[in-house]
Amino acid sequence: MKKQFMTPLIIFGLLVVLLVVGLMKAKSVRDVPSPLIGKAVPEFSIPTVEDQEKVFSNKDLKGQVSLLNIWASWCVSCRAEHRLLNLIAGQGIKIYGINYKDELSDARRWLSAYGNPYVKSAHDITGRAGIDWGVYGTPETFVIDKKGMIRYKHTGPVYQQDIDEKMLPMIKQLQAES
Amino acid sequence: MLSTTMKKNLASRILALNSIVFFILCLLPLHLQAGPRGQPKEPIVFENPQVESDYLELSEELRCLVCQNQNLIDSNAELADDLRREVAKMLKKGNNKEQVIEFMVERYGDFILYNPAFKAQTLLLWVGPFVLMFFGIFILLKKIRADKEEKNTDSSALSEQEKEKLYAILKNK
Repeated sequence: MKKQFMTPLIIFGLLVVLLVVGLMKAKSVRDVPSPLIGKAVPEFSIPTVEDQEKVFSNKDLKGQVSLLNIWASWCVSCRAEHRLLNLIAGQGIKIYGINYKDELSDARRWLSAYGNPYVKSAHDITGRAGIDWGVYGTPETFVIDKKGMIRYKHTGPVYQQDIDEKMLPMIKQLQAES
Repeated sequence: MLSTTMKKNLASRILALNSIVFFILCLLPLHLQAGPRGQPKEPIVFENPQVESDYLELSEELRCLVCQNQNLIDSNAELADDLRREVAKMLKKGNNKEQVIEFMVERYGDFILYNPAFKAQTLLLWVGPFVLMFFGIFILLKKIRADKEEKNTDSSALSEQEKEKLYAILKNK
């Protein structure tokens, strides 16, 4: 073939490769990478859903490996993952909650209806703590190590696969850290 | 088996039922829709025009993370509203624009910026279009030059031999 036909063909080929790579990556585009990974949990101190006299603060997240789950009664996908959270909480995994922009009565009703997997949940009615946690779509789940550092973030509902393949191995590994 | 008229009848009944259900749904109060709750919102008011213009600029530069192709000022999303308020609050407290941007990037990453920072990761993004443009101009110039050269050595012009031949023919006439 003549060289003058080859050039556009090569350019076209490169373009196809570029677009295919872009399409393959498109699946993960919605997952905004969190700049919080590897950093200490943001400071907060908020009355809990269970008891407004008590507070849940960032200090509670030190000294153990835990999950922190952002949830709300109005959030449909939160309901989808709730059964799994109950399940792993039953297996002894500590899950803390931040109840994001929810009415207290709704949040309480939700917990009594579907079960409460949380050690405690902060009642973040204004969503201000949510901003500090970089929340942009509930549910979101963070893995937090013993030092109170954020090690992993999962956006969207947690599925069995996420727990088995990502979170549980990570929790085990972090528990082994001193 | 149903006759055609019966089928038609049934179809129109289903249609009527659907419209009734739809009508009832319309009557339901809007606040039954799923969505975040919170206190009623007050409009954002500025006393200082400089702060206001900073606010407007930032709201255009920052991306709404829920509806990812909108900036904060375009978006109706709850989170966009919260972030606009946060921007306004910070500016009113005397923070400058850079501090607000830093605050947002710390929490949401570079993705929140519609004007991404110039660094190794974003090099291709910034430089790519110019590289392509210069490449295009280079090809174009090369092609123009090649065409010109071809014109200078015009193949339709007669060679010396041909000229002699031509004169010979003309003389013989």
